[in-house]
Amino acid sequence: MTPFIALLSRDIRLAVRAGGGAALALAFFAAVVTLVPLGIGPDLKLLTRIAGGVLWVAAVLAALLSLDRLFQADYEDGSLDVIALSPLPLEAAALAKMAAHWLATGLPLTLLSSLLAVLYDLPWPGASALAASLLIGTPAVSAIGGIGAALTLSIRRGGLILPLIVLPLLAPAVIFGSGAVLAALYGNANGSLYFLSAFSLLAVFLSPFAAAASVRLNLAG
Amino acid sequence: MFISLQADQLTCIRSYRVLFRDLSFCVKPGALLCIEGPNGAGKTSLLRLIAGLLHPAAGTVRLLTESGAIGDAEERGAFVGWIGHQDAVKPQLTVCEQLLFFARLYRSVRPPGEAMEAFGLRSLANVPGQFLSAGQKRRLGLARLMLCDRPLWLLDEPLAALDAAGKVLVAEAILAHCRSGGLVLAATHDPLGLDCETLHLGAAT
Repeated sequence: MTPFIALLSRDIRLAVRAGGGAALALAFFAAVVTLVPLGIGPDLKLLTRIAGGVLWVAAVLAALLSLDRLFQADYEDGSLDVIALSPLPLEAAALAKMAAHWLATGLPLTLLSSLLAVLYDLPWPGASALAASLLIGTPAVSAIGGIGAALTLSIRRGGLILPLIVLPLLAPAVIFGSGAVLAALYGNANGSLYFLSAFSLLAVFLSPFAAAASVRLNLAG
Repeated sequence: MFISLQADQLTCIRSYRVLFRDLSFCVKPGALLCIEGPNGAGKTSLLRLIAGLLHPAAGTVRLLTESGAIGDAEERGAFVGWIGHQDAVKPQLTVCEQLLFFARLYRSVRPPGEAMEAFGLRSLANVPGQFLSAGQKRRLGLARLMLCDRPLWLLDEPLAALDAAGKVLVAEAILAHCRSGGLVLAATHDPLGLDCETLHLGAAT
């Protein structure tokens, strides 16, 4: 087993065990998405119209819940020093942690979204576009969120600063993600999924370098 | 592999305070160097400098190997076995899971069972980290060190929280490592009970 897979599987294991936050993020997502139709009332046309936006915003916020501990937990108990000195380059370690976060949070959120779309009377084309956009876009949330987590790893209450850093950077994902749902519903093809794919690829490719640089800085600080 | 460590004119500054200035020393293969000094003298910072986790304000650290000198901090890290003042123990994972993880992360060829046996952790194999005492966590950290098979050991207070039997185990492990040609640098307040050279770091100025 390679060091990369070892770190990936350890982080998934930590995320799904007690206190890991993966289940918490899912429950938060389900609660928010359920609450919005209750607040708006039984206007099915309006609900269908806003479904993409609400589910995307809820998914981003839910993913942020467990992101602040991505590097901080390992920093506080000394594991990050041990990982930094291992044969695994820090860039690869950062990518492994982001991938673990996506597998434990982003992927389950995507699967759950198809179920919750029923609450918004989202017809099949919209629901499938939503699932596709979340599948493509949530890796970018984990990756860019990972940069924020690495920047704030030594800050107490870093979880409060993290959304301020990360949310503006995630605006394109929310715009194109919910745009893809609207395009599928009302039939005006606008290439949202292509833009989302480009954004996601770029984020996943560049974020490990930024996160690793930030971890190095924090370890030396 | 026989390596030696050479530090030249090291200066360390932490938050605008000079911890030490123009520190030079050399550690030969198979030697143990104890680093002593009052609290805040820079013992931990010196170990982090050598590990390459921290960058010196001035001076160089080099590892002299058979295939040449290594000055780059990241490359140097590949030779380092690290015990920090925290033990890198995860509360949710069992002792066995943690050791297996470190063995895989460090591409270790040694069986984790052996390291568990050596530090008396066999009966705790399935106990999650959150139920371990401070001394047991320390033993887990030391078992990890044995697994990773690195020539340069950097130990920050290796005896902290250990009982008498644990201290003997650490001394034996250090002795065995030195006999096989490895280097050990230990920052410690308690005497290890071994022959060693000592580096005194002055009080903070």
